[in-house]
Amino acid sequence: MPSSDRSAQIGALYQEMILDHYRRPRNKGELERADESVLMKNPLCGDEIGVQVRFDGDVVSDLSFSGRGCSISQASASMMTQLVKGKKLEEVEALRSKFRDMVMGDAQAADDSALGSARALSGVCKFPARVKCALLAWNALETALAKRTE
Amino acid sequence: MSRRSDFPLLVANPGLHYLDSAATSQKPSVVLDALRNFYETANANPHRGAYALSVAATDAYDGARQKVAGFVGVADPDCLIFTRGTTESLNLIATSWGRTNLEAGDEIIVTALDHHANFVPWQQLAISVGATLRICEITSEGRLDLDCFAQFLSPKTKLVAVGHVSNALGTINPIKEIVAMVRERTDAVIVCDGAQGVPHLRVGFDELGVDFYAFSGHKMCGPMGIGGLIGKRELLEAMPPYQMGGDMVEFVYDDRTTWNVLPHKFEAGTPNAADAVGLAAAVGYLEGIGMDEVLRHERSLVAEASERLSQIEGITIYGPPAAERSGVVSFTLGDVHPHDLATILDGDGICIRAGNHCAQPLMRRLDVSATARASFYVYNEKSDIDALVEGVLKAKEIFGHAVV
Ligand SMILES: Cc1ncc(COP(=O)(O)O)c(C=O)c1O
Repeated sequence: MPSSDRSAQIGALYQEMILDHYRRPRNKGELERADESVLMKNPLCGDEIGVQVRFDGDVVSDLSFSGRGCSISQASASMMTQLVKGKKLEEVEALRSKFRDMVMGDAQAADDSALGSARALSGVCKFPARVKCALLAWNALETALAKRTE
Repeated sequence: MSRRSDFPLLVANPGLHYLDSAATSQKPSVVLDALRNFYETANANPHRGAYALSVAATDAYDGARQKVAGFVGVADPDCLIFTRGTTESLNLIATSWGRTNLEAGDEIIVTALDHHANFVPWQQLAISVGATLRICEITSEGRLDLDCFAQFLSPKTKLVAVGHVSNALGTINPIKEIVAMVRERTDAVIVCDGAQGVPHLRVGFDELGVDFYAFSGHKMCGPMGIGGLIGKRELLEAMPPYQMGGDMVEFVYDDRTTWNVLPHKFEAGTPNAADAVGLAAAVGYLEGIGMDEVLRHERSLVAEASERLSQIEGITIYGPPAAERSGVVSFTLGDVHPHDLATILDGDGICIRAGNHCAQPLMRRLDVSATARASFYVYNEKSDIDALVEGVLKAKEIFGHAVV
């Protein structure tokens, strides 16, 4: 229900950084020589995000995303690709779980500089209906990593 | 005159702008009182007890059927089957009528405008019996393309499923014209999804000429979990039951069973008497306003909302002109995703729907993944439009001037 609190939360959600990633997504498009490719749908809204990953040993050497969706899902995907590129699989997994904790409302995770620009999405925790949007790309990445270790 | 005061949820939340009545309407106190009154004064299992209280429950349930039947214009109340709602009603027809009467090579016509509830059951029926599904396309204004429809009609057409009013765009389909076209060329059975019809229009089943008509109570001020299927008697009598159990039987032998008469044949198990009584109270509430006034009120709000929204740069409104729609304004704002718009509006207590509106085939044809939808009903007022317009302007500001 409306309140000035809610207005402030809206402001915190739609930060400049998020809108910037929405309008100018990083690492969007087809990835050449991808090792794994996963398409994830948010059945609620029909938005979909594809994640393509290339590995070099146990390092995510490159990745990209595709698809269309809301600013939260698009910005989250864009920030994720920047964050995990060049990281080892175990580091990626640690970031994923930290990001998840953050959007579920864990204040400590939101303070962790390891999450870099993705911390701009911490405001999502106040919007339970939008948490799925923020996690869509990360879930796709998780599936891609799981497929690789199979 | 404000009707907000009739709705306890709206009274308790003065700052709330509820613009999602196409999904479900709010409930007036007369409906809530009727539910409570049933449980406090008449609660027993209808049809089963030889005692006064059970008779009271049965009378309340039968009375509700008469009242609702009168409202939807079916002279024979036994042809109104109470169901959980539109979805169950349509599945009942697809299963009971469809599986008995359709075979490989037959054709079913559905439309690209329809809700998944009036699309998927027919698609799956077609797949399972080997029938062909024909999808009537829409015009650029979001109306059914009747030329396309006419081309599909042939002696092979066995079933036509069409919505009365589109929940996604508000388009009111010319049902009588469609019935005339079908009857002239085929013997097809016509199913009409009235989920968005009954809440907004005066529906007369007997005049409309369709064979089956489905609707939901919760979109017309009634409780969730109750709705109806109206069918022509000769069709309903020839159909096998949909579910088996108590109440729907006449004699149960060791090796066979005979069925109860209409409407009981299609109402297996303990009926939802309380919600039927609640629905009858909702009908009473709408009759008190008058359906002509309901539509006039919605149209004036839709006209004003459409007019004011369309003045905002970047807004696209979908569907036919406002004067031809029911209470729906479906729109997008530049590259602002409808979900973001809904979240921003929610921040100011404005409830709109964002998404595909259970109409993915339609969204593909409009070439959007989602739209924002504001839908109006009897309790909405000009102040709701003011809030909506302000909220949209705010979203535009948050997303910056570059709304493209
Ligand atoms: C046009 C239309 N058809 C069918 C349905 C399904 O109704 P229900 O969910 O009440 O079964 C709805 C509402 O969601 C609708 O708007």
